[in-house]
Amino acid sequence: MEAYYWNKELETIDQASLEDLQLKLLRDTVQAALKTPFYRNRLKKAGINSGDDIRSLQDLQRIPFTTKDDLREGYPTGLLAVDLAEVVRIHTSSGTTGTPTVIYHTKEDLDNWTELVCRCIVATGATREDVFQNTMSYGLFTGGLGLHYGAERLGMTVIPVGSGNTRRQIQLMKDFKTTVIHATPSYMLHIYSKLNEFKIPLNELFLKKAYLGAEPYSENTRRKIEEFFHIDVYNSYGLSEMNGPGVSFECIHKCGMHTWEDSYLLEIIDPKTTRTLSEEHEGEIVLTNLRRRATPLLRYRTRDLAFIHKGKCKCKRTHRRLSRITGRTDDMLIINGVNVYPSQIEEVIMRIPQVGTNYQICLEKDGTLDKIIVKVEIYSKLFTGDIRQLDTLKAKINEELRAAIIISPIVELHEPGSLPVSEGKAKRVVDSRTKL
Amino acid sequence: MKITQISVFLENRKGRLYGVCSLLGKNRINIRALTIAETQDFGILRMVVDKPEETLKILKKSGFVVHLTDIVAVEVEDKPGGLAGILKILFDNNLNVEYVYGFLEKFSDNALLVMRFEEPDRAIEILKKKKIRVVGKEEITDL
Repeated sequence: MEAYYWNKELETIDQASLEDLQLKLLRDTVQAALKTPFYRNRLKKAGINSGDDIRSLQDLQRIPFTTKDDLREGYPTGLLAVDLAEVVRIHTSSGTTGTPTVIYHTKEDLDNWTELVCRCIVATGATREDVFQNTMSYGLFTGGLGLHYGAERLGMTVIPVGSGNTRRQIQLMKDFKTTVIHATPSYMLHIYSKLNEFKIPLNELFLKKAYLGAEPYSENTRRKIEEFFHIDVYNSYGLSEMNGPGVSFECIHKCGMHTWEDSYLLEIIDPKTTRTLSEEHEGEIVLTNLRRRATPLLRYRTRDLAFIHKGKCKCKRTHRRLSRITGRTDDMLIINGVNVYPSQIEEVIMRIPQVGTNYQICLEKDGTLDKIIVKVEIYSKLFTGDIRQLDTLKAKINEELRAAIIISPIVELHEPGSLPVSEGKAKRVVDSRTKL
Repeated sequence: MKITQISVFLENRKGRLYGVCSLLGKNRINIRALTIAETQDFGILRMVVDKPEETLKILKKSGFVVHLTDIVAVEVEDKPGGLAGILKILFDNNLNVEYVYGFLEKFSDNALLVMRFEEPDRAIEILKKKKIRVVGKEEITDL
């Protein structure tokens, strides 16, 4: 198979030129970051007062890590490095507690992001002849818009359905002869399970490729989805802190995700010692923006675990390949592609007086999709023997949780003392989902 | 004339109703009337017993979520249209019945029903005016 490129020069750049480029861009990024109150303070402490203080790529090690908590503390403008007038888009995501995090984009930032997404799509062999159906959520979640603009720039026919409404998704796939779909792995399996029900046989679809991301899944599930639909499945990796999708993507050889190293500095560290790990060793992914000017993040600890593949890829792209994501260093849950922290749920429960402080979060599979059940204990002094009161309470908990974590949980009321008392956060979560 | 009903919150788990009943049995408490309102994941057991205060104490001590509610016990003629006649009086007087259930025993030829009103005192007053027998606490205890 012949490899196609969107930007051959940058995608096949030699090591020495890449490092020169990275150093120059890192200096620019540090210079930009110094405009923010957060980094000015932090970098000065590390003896970095201007971009020129970065003399070689080795100096990256002098820069302290940035964490999700830093982003929360800097909310809303602590990490904004440009005049607000320069900002053309904002993406926020939920923090580990009630405080969200925000990433600002200038026009150039979005332009660079879109360029990377174009590279990703072309790397899978897709062209402007393809019809692209985007089943990821639009809006503040970066999964939808990120791929959307890349696909449009490439000239594909884009169907911006967004998430949900499987019947319509399948109908659109059939009517407009969708050839490329962007989804979570579990949603892809869900679509497959619904084909029979909606009486649309597979041979009435024209699907050739699927881009799957936003939740971890196994190589076996990839094979399964490929066999079910007779398509090629490509892995996608991204996170809103690093724009969104388009950070790492598989090429036609499906042997790890090329990470665009002219736009992101990629490190894998031991999450405990923070020591840098070499290729083939699994650790936490740490990324530095090289091209984003509105919110430059330096050495951002993603909390995602993966390793870097050794050796060169047959496609001749020189950008190193990231393994599939194997897990998390924190207790973040991924529910139908949405990131949820147990602490967000706890915070909501704590402010509702009718329930006690003991709770349990249960995750189960409903078909191929995830289901979250939040069990709470009712507070005996506030029980009036009235069913409507309890139904109203359930609806209220549901509504407040949905506002906090975006997805709608099933709320169950339990007797006081009936849920297991736990010391640590982790025990409050019972995840009985079978791994994809 | 109001009677005390005990409401118990029961989560949807095997043996919870048995838990309540065996506790009452052990303490020689007799259930006079009972109903269960159920939803998808929990139920509320409502009952009239011979010793409500003692029952409340015992159940609370065992960790049950319990609440006392005032209800009205009404005698209804045990014949077609018996209940309808009473409901008509209530309807004519704009009184809303939240729920109704029956006693397990009779103590006359008439049936005995538990009725829950938002305004129990007004309900009793109206029923009495219409010569409907409302049964008191002592009579329930002696059933």
